[in-house]
Amino acid sequence: MQSSSASAIAVAQLAKSYNGAVAVAGIDFTCAQGEVLGLLGGNGAGKTTTIAMIMGLVTPSAGSVHVLGVDMARERHKVLGRINFESPYVDMPHRLTVRQNLTVFAGLYGVVDVKARIAELASDLDLADVLDRPSGKLSAGQKTRVALAKALINEPELLLLDEPTASLDPDTADWIRTHLEEYRKRRNAAILLASHNMAEVERLCDRVIIMKKGRIADQGVPADLVARYGRANLEEVFLDVARGTELPA
Amino acid sequence: MSIAAEFSGGFSTARVFALVKRYIYLLRASWPRLLELVYWPAVQMVTWGFLQAYVMQTSNAVVFGAGIFIGGMLLWDLLFRSQLGFSMSFLEEMWARNMGNLLMSPLRPLEFVAALMVMSLVRLALGLGPVALLAIPFFGFNVFAIGLPLAVFIANLVLFGWAVALVVSGLILRNGIGAEGLAWTIMFIVLPLGCVYYPVAMLPAWLQPISWALPPTAVFEGLRAILSTGAIRPDLMLWAFALNIVYVSVSIVIFLYLLERSRVAGSLVQMGE
Repeated sequence: MQSSSASAIAVAQLAKSYNGAVAVAGIDFTCAQGEVLGLLGGNGAGKTTTIAMIMGLVTPSAGSVHVLGVDMARERHKVLGRINFESPYVDMPHRLTVRQNLTVFAGLYGVVDVKARIAELASDLDLADVLDRPSGKLSAGQKTRVALAKALINEPELLLLDEPTASLDPDTADWIRTHLEEYRKRRNAAILLASHNMAEVERLCDRVIIMKKGRIADQGVPADLVARYGRANLEEVFLDVARGTELPA
Repeated sequence: MSIAAEFSGGFSTARVFALVKRYIYLLRASWPRLLELVYWPAVQMVTWGFLQAYVMQTSNAVVFGAGIFIGGMLLWDLLFRSQLGFSMSFLEEMWARNMGNLLMSPLRPLEFVAALMVMSLVRLALGLGPVALLAIPFFGFNVFAIGLPLAVFIANLVLFGWAVALVVSGLILRNGIGAEGLAWTIMFIVLPLGCVYYPVAMLPAWLQPISWALPPTAVFEGLRAILSTGAIRPDLMLWAFALNIVYVSVSIVIFLYLLERSRVAGSLVQMGE
């Protein structure tokens, strides 16, 4: 395991239980700076709880989380300005316009030249036409792009993405993936991606972790996993892991 | 992260005003929200103003003519709205499912609290300012004539309103939006116990110590003293301030404790009922 100071994320013996029910059962993994790490698993596998613990929204029952070398249990506030996230479990205030929402978050993240940053994001994410529309009146694709703009407002070194392209049409989803690839390359950012879209994971991720019942069931480079399981793609590997199919001898 | 750690590591007024800007945008974008700020205080003022005029015709004009009802109503509404103004801004985040965005941002919990306090003052000024001015031509009652003591009354009532709002916000964080009813109702316990419209002496003897443990009781007693005899009671205001220091300090600790318990329980991820 890499040292916590060298990693974007370093998770050690991380566990979470709710009234005796185990959500995450003592997992270890790291995500290096510049790496895109996929977090896979069926519903209830523990992905969202793991991400929430990394973000500091949920306190672990045991174990530790270091983000960019900072212990999230003790000094979370030191690193929150250098990371960001997008999740379907949160929303942007609907009555505010896109520009107003981005202005507020730019202020919270201490962005120096707010107008220039919003203009840059509007150009990158094709938001110029909707900047002055209420966020609640946008299409699903536009909302996702706005959420991504919020997630990129501070040019984070670590981006946590929970289902970033869920419910998007193939064209918009492809557009988002392309933008994430470009951002990662330009900023050398680490990305932790939770997704049920295996094609997306194969395209974006350097490495994947497959969770099952709160544990890491398997992990590796997508192409290596496909080869090791003797399957045609990652989706088939995922199904094997989810259904407990034995690996070929 | 411990409660003590929430007090360390700096405080950014820039982040406070970034969040205040969010609430100002919201008020500007919604005329029903602006109307709501003024509507209920105005209805209250008219009701209590006419009641006072009626009582003056049938009772002791010296006691009631001084504006005890309408003055009590205005300060009661100030107390209620200082709590509600804080709680409403907090609830806006819950309704908008924006709490995760805020708690994951560099905004510190105490900066969040400071922004909610600023908005409580903004909402008070927008809601009660015009109503207090309307009471002058309608009922000949000028609350501003009280002068400096009025500022002390307001400060004490607002501090207590914030203390209650902090505890309510913590309970909503911990228990979900299903607990939002507390924001609308909890302050009404002060209406009988805080002796808004009658002296503490009217309460049974066993209830009076409980009443005096509430800062608003001292404020409303002080108001009645000024309106009926012109006497200023600094002893009552000092008592209210001392109590408020305790109430606000304890409520901040309770809010931070409930926020931490929410992280342990995972309720910040499931911001529903």
